[in-house]
Parts: sequence; structure tokens; C-alpha cells
Amino acid sequence: MSYQLPGLPDMEYLDRKKRTFFDQIYIKEIGRGVLITSRHFFRNLWKWLTFRKGGVVILYPEETRPDMSPNNRGRHVLVQRTDGSSRCVACKMCATVCPASCITIEAEESEDPIIQKRPAVFEIDMSRCIFCGFCVEACPVDAIRMVASTEKLVGYNRFKMVYDKELLLNWNKIVNDDVVHGYNP
Amino acid sequence: MESSFLGINTVTFITNFLLATAVFLFMFMMGAVMSWSERKQSAQLQDRIGANRASIPLPGGKKFAMWGFINNLADAIKCLIKEDFKPKAYDLLMYNLAIFFAFIPAVLAVAVVPFAGVVKPAELFQAWYLNWIPLLPEYFTNNLPDFSFRVQVANLNVGLLFIFAVGGINVFGAILAGWSSNNKFSMMGGMRAASQMISYEVSMGLSLLGLIFIYGQVDMWELVQSQQNLAWGWLPKWGIFMQPVAFFLFLAAAIAENKRMPFDLPEAESEIISGYFTEYSGFKMLLFMFAEFIEIVFVAVIVSTLFFGGFSVPYLTDVGFQWPWGGFTALSHASVVILQLLSFTFKVLFFCWLLQQMRWSLPRFRYDQLMSLGWKILLPLSVLNLIVTVLIVALGGF
Repeated sequence: MSYQLPGLPDMEYLDRKKRTFFDQIYIKEIGRGVLITSRHFFRNLWKWLTFRKGGVVILYPEETRPDMSPNNRGRHVLVQRTDGSSRCVACKMCATVCPASCITIEAEESEDPIIQKRPAVFEIDMSRCIFCGFCVEACPVDAIRMVASTEKLVGYNRFKMVYDKELLLNWNKIVNDDVVHGYNP
Repeated sequence: MESSFLGINTVTFITNFLLATAVFLFMFMMGAVMSWSERKQSAQLQDRIGANRASIPLPGGKKFAMWGFINNLADAIKCLIKEDFKPKAYDLLMYNLAIFFAFIPAVLAVAVVPFAGVVKPAELFQAWYLNWIPLLPEYFTNNLPDFSFRVQVANLNVGLLFIFAVGGINVFGAILAGWSSNNKFSMMGGMRAASQMISYEVSMGLSLLGLIFIYGQVDMWELVQSQQNLAWGWLPKWGIFMQPVAFFLFLAAAIAENKRMPFDLPEAESEIISGYFTEYSGFKMLLFMFAEFIEIVFVAVIVSTLFFGGFSVPYLTDVGFQWPWGGFTALSHASVVILQLLSFTFKVLFFCWLLQQMRWSLPRFRYDQLMSLGWKILLPLSVLNLIVTVLIVALGGF
């Protein structure tokens, strides 16, 4: 298409080819478009027929990405002391900073006079969590961390998605993953 | 043999009834397949997987998903139990009538399309793979040795005109739905559908006139029969070889007729929500969608019948293959009928696939582009095609 301004010599302001009549009946371009999509279609169909997965998607609850970033904010875990109890001192800083208000903590007195406080109840409502990682940043004793894995984080029942202290402490019975580092913002 | 029901021969009545049921079911099954392939085919060509979650749980923890077919079932159940929302000031009669206008014509028009050649039941059941059927072979050989029927529901000698007449009703569905919903978006969609379908019907009819001139009839059966003839002894006289330009014109006009991409203007989601069926919900919406899918099948049926020889297989006669190099392969009657049925189904499936592929490959036209394509390009081309065809026919070609 050419645009001519008054008082100026003939200029093509856009480097665009003029469409001929043959272009405008679109048969060639439609043919090209259908060929491109057909190539994808038949490639994926052939993969499907030979029992491979056509397409590039990951069927989430069954599969997880193998190339997940180690910094990915996934499942919450509670870090254990050497005796297996939680490192949490029930200061409720994570519950305060949580923008989705999904952390519930009830404190109780610890037998150990040095520790003083420990959580009687530590629940995270995973159906409300937005995976912002603020709780991990807020924790003064590095008690809560996030694993990269997002495996088995789904559920059909929202009440079963409230994870209690036992589940958060014994997370590696559910997920085959290793956590050695905290979430690093 | 002498028994009759309402003055019709009983066997003829039963045959026609079964045929009509079979064709009706064929269209519905194909409609279901299309609504499945709308999801699955689009997913495949976009490198996705597509619907595969809706499933029936089986004992043993397995899930019966049937590659997403169960999703159709889930859709139907969901649409049945949803609220049937109606706009406050809708037109009761027209609102409900519109669905039938949209739904029935496509199913009705297939009645004149032949699905296979002449079937002689007495001979049919002689084949080694059919003679295990109890009762029927003996019944037909003993009582009706000469009985034969065409695999075509209505044997009309104005078949093509009937298709156009019934197909023309389709536009009322869109207009009525748009008008009676009492919604601006619906109205826009209805008006767009009306102008688009009426514009493209002109070039659709004109592009087929060439075929009528060449074959000299509008009877669908005879059209298919004359496409079985050979030109120069080897090329079947299919419409695509006789009228290649008309094929592209007809295909474009037919896609515009059933309001699919790239002529998706009447229900352009990004502009007018859902067009003329914006205000339909639940099962009524499903029926509109289903009507659209059945129309794709209908277009595929018409294109394969008129341009690709319908049920005819190249070089296949009633008794076997008569090869162009002089050889002959004898086939039983049942094999011939099955080959013809398979050939027709294959052609229909291919065109359904092609139409879906085009729908998912192309962007939508702008409305003025749509109109100028219809009136300034398709119409002159089809008139030109007609003139050239008429000249060639008059000069003794074909």
C-alpha cells in the first residue's frame, strides 16, 4: 500500500508489497497456513499414534517439570531440629506477613527453657497460599522454607489442602526431593 | 411381499425408515465427532494435548477417558443441569423457534444425498463375511429375490435445488435468534449473519451452475452416477477435475454459509460476545453449537458429493474394478457396497478435517473485507467461471 502526501514526490512510506488480485483471493496464503498447521498436526498425531506425547505441555499433577529452577517457590516445609521437632518458635511473624492470611499458628510452652515457645498447631491453607515467599523471608529462625518441587500440591477437596504441622515436617515422605538451602529471594 | 402399511410396501417402508434413521444417526455421530475434534484437533495443531480429563472411573483405579470423548458427555450433562437463563424481554415463540431453524435444515438436506449405490439384499448376504447372519439371507433369497434399494433417503429429482432451498432456511435461525433475544449484541450478530449468508448464497449457487451445465441434471443420484464416467479412459469425471475453479469458490462460499472461521463474523467472540446466540444458555446454547458442527459435516457431504464423486470409487463398477489398463478385479456385491460406503465416509471425514484445519489456521476477516470478498471477488469469478463453462459446453466440450 502506498501513501502519497501532497507536495511530496511519490514515496512508498511502508515497505509493503501491493496485493494483487491473486493475493486477494487468499487461496495461496490459506494453502500455506493450512500446510503449516497440518505439519504440526500430523507430527503430533504421529507421536500420539506411536504412544509418545504429542505437544509440549506437561500434564501437571501426574508430571512435573524436570527443569524446574532450584529457586522455584514450591511446597512449604518446616525444618526439623536434630531431635525431629520443629525449629519454629511460634513468633507468628510469618502469619503476620502472609498477604493471603493462610498461616494459622497456636503457640504452647516448650519443655526446653531455652526454646521457650513452640507451635501446638501450625497449618498452611495451600488452597489460599499465593506462593509469595514472604513467610520464608520473615522467619527469624529459618524454620520455614520452600522446596522447588510442586509435586502433589493439588487436591479435589479444599479441606484436605490445609496442611498441618506433621505434613509440613515430614514433607519428604510425600515428595522425593531434597532441601538443603532456604528460599533465596 | 403383498403386505402394506398405509399403502406403502412394508419392506420399502422398513428399508426407508432404517435408512432415514441411519443417515440421521450418521449426522449426529459426525456432529459429536466434530465437537470432539474441535477440541482435540485444535490442540494437536497447537502442540497441546487437548481435553483428556473428563473420564469415567473404572474399578482398579483406571480412568475411561476415551481420548477426550467423555468430555462430550460431560458437556451434555453440564448443559442439561444448568439454569436455562432467558433475557427479561425475550420473544417466547421466536426465541424457541430459532433453535429449530438453525438445527433442522442441515440434517434435513442430507436426505437427498446418496451414501452408496444400489443395494440388492438377496445378493448382499451371499458374501462369506455376511452369511453368518441368521434369518435375513434366507428371507431375502426366498421372498424378495429382485428387491433392491438405493442408499439414499429421498429420491428427489430436484435434489440440488432441495439442498439449496432447505439450506436457505438456515439464515432464519440466526436472524430469529438475534432478534428475539432482545440484546444489542445478538441483534448485531443476527444482522451480520443475515447479510453474510445472503451474500454468499449468491456465489454459492452460481459456482454450482457450471456443474449443472456439464452434467445436465440436478438429481443428486444422477450427478454421482455421471461423475463415475471416465474422461480419456482414465480420469474420473469428478467435479474437481471438470470445475476446479468452482470447487474453490464453492468451498469458500460454503464456509461463509456455515459461519465458520475465517467468516466467523456473526459470532465473533472478541467483538460481539457470542453473536446471535449470546442470550442462549444451557442446552439451547449446546444445540446451536451442535447445529454448527452438523453444518460442517453437511458442507463436507455436499462438497464430496458434488466435486469428489460422492460414494463412487474410481474405476469401480457394480461387479468389480475395471482398471484403465484393461485389467479386471472381480468383487462381490457386498464388497462393492462396503467400498462405496467407506469411500463416502472417508471423503466426508477428509473434508471435515480440512474445514477444521482451516478454521484453526486462519484469522477472522474484517467485516468490509468479508463483504468485498463476497461481492467483488467471489461473485465475478463465479460468473466468469459460469460463462467459460457455458461456452465450452456450447462448443461441444465435455
